[in-house]
Amino acid sequence: MEISKKDVDYVASLARLEFSEKDKESLTQQLDSILDYIEKIKEVDTSKIAPTSHGATGQNVWREDTVVKSSQSTIDALFKNAPDKEGDFFKVKKVMDTEE
Amino acid sequence: MNNKYEVVIGLEVHSQIKTETKVFCNCSTDFHSQPNTNICPVCTGQPGVLPVLNKKAVELLVKTAIALDCNINKKSVFARKQYFYPDLPKNYQISQYELPFAEHGNLNISVDDQIKNIGITRIHLEEDAGKLLHDIGARQLDCSLADYNRTGIPLMEIVSEPDMRSPQEAAAYLTALKNLIEYIETSDCNMEEGKFRCDANISIRPVGQKEFGTKAELKNMNTISGVEEALTYEVQRQIEVVENGGKIIQETRTWDPDEKITKSMRSKENAHDYRYFPDPDLVPVNLDDNFINDIKANIPELPEKRKQRLIQEYGLTEYDANVIISDKALVNYYETAVNSASKETENTAKPIANWLTTELLGKLNNAKLTIKESPVKAEYLGQLVALISKDTISGKIAKIVFEEMFNTNKDPQTIIKEKGLVQISDENEIIKICQEAIDESPKIVAEYKGGKERAVVAIVGLVMKKSRGKANPQMVNKILIDLLKK
Repeated sequence: MEISKKDVDYVASLARLEFSEKDKESLTQQLDSILDYIEKIKEVDTSKIAPTSHGATGQNVWREDTVVKSSQSTIDALFKNAPDKEGDFFKVKKVMDTEE
Repeated sequence: MNNKYEVVIGLEVHSQIKTETKVFCNCSTDFHSQPNTNICPVCTGQPGVLPVLNKKAVELLVKTAIALDCNINKKSVFARKQYFYPDLPKNYQISQYELPFAEHGNLNISVDDQIKNIGITRIHLEEDAGKLLHDIGARQLDCSLADYNRTGIPLMEIVSEPDMRSPQEAAAYLTALKNLIEYIETSDCNMEEGKFRCDANISIRPVGQKEFGTKAELKNMNTISGVEEALTYEVQRQIEVVENGGKIIQETRTWDPDEKITKSMRSKENAHDYRYFPDPDLVPVNLDDNFINDIKANIPELPEKRKQRLIQEYGLTEYDANVIISDKALVNYYETAVNSASKETENTAKPIANWLTTELLGKLNNAKLTIKESPVKAEYLGQLVALISKDTISGKIAKIVFEEMFNTNKDPQTIIKEKGLVQISDENEIIKICQEAIDESPKIVAEYKGGKERAVVAIVGLVMKKSRGKANPQMVNKILIDLLKK
């Protein structure tokens, strides 16, 4: 597996991250060595083992369908954590879906 | 539609699961709440919070899956679907990718009296996104406003196979699916409130070609007829592109219900790369046999089965049965009416179906009322038909009584008593009225005796008029002819 700078650019853009050219170089190398390591792990025969989707052994962690309302102070705190508000709404940059 | 091309349609339905709380937190799912009052640290994606699965949401999804004849995957896992959009405060949606709760189901639809079986690929559980406002009334905003009340509400995404071959089949599928879900009450399916939404994948291919054409994904259809209209437009658009030597590009298009066209959505031009991976915050679900069997045991009679029963038990036509089962409230109304009538007399099931589908539905439609809002109670309609069947009133008088029932909510006996509409079935009284009518119509009597048998109709009319429609019509006919032959 060979990671290129193009791959790093793509993954960074998907994650909305910006890096300096220098960082990109070191990230390219680091990601490459991580994938090399995974290539090595892949040598193990896992054909008789079910895929692991979670590290913990628990299952069916669920709850009953009962409403608990947030207090006003909790809701106020949520608004304080957001960049901006207008009236009862969180205010965000304008997004439009369609071609005008 | 053009005969050179075959249309291929697959549908993705998002139906809001009928729970009190969101899928991963205890916030209410109430639709009418003030904006941003049903929110908490979990559904707004604050750091360090943990989602906990709503058991009821799983139960209702599994119930739907069983009704759609799906295989239930006992083991199921949740995945994160990553994308950045302000309606999604966590920047990922919790959904399912590998191992959804259910796969490989099917649903029968009927178009032009033909039954067709449509495959269901999968049903998975996911959380809804928030709502964004771009304008307030007519005023365009220079920002967007987010309401996160809807964020985290449980949805079941029901994905069909690309089995539909026309916009009409797509509409029939949606109607059947919505009806089924309403029967088993796992979602309200209220389309105006966005509780039953549909995206459509559509492509065309030359007739006889095996490979699918390039598809477009259509969004923003808010009614079943809107889906049908959008698909019909899109078929035409794709045919025109191909006929003019162009190529269909894979893209998402939005339906504009005002202009009645589909438009390309520029923001989705980049190929989707959602980087799904198992959500480390949620452990797998493992459903045991008891869990599934308990749900199975509680599935009510489904529309298709109920239809067959109506045909067999009550002798309804396929057409009438289809109309009546098209809405759970309607079929419940029908059976309540039949039960009420059968306490009085026999053979009322078919006439009740006629009264229901022609008279009552017509009136409700004009008054813009649903069957649940009907001013005529089901028991009363049953009683009315029983009264006709027992010859207490004639069919003609029944229409007057029915009109009055619709306007006053009263039961038929009360109206008949109040208005003195009981049918006259007393032979002597009818003979008396018939004799009067004969005496008053010498000309018609002469015509009748001269061989024009149909002239009797005019005398029957006169008898009915004299009795204010109350004389038993069969008796009038018989007695008149007897008298005239003397």
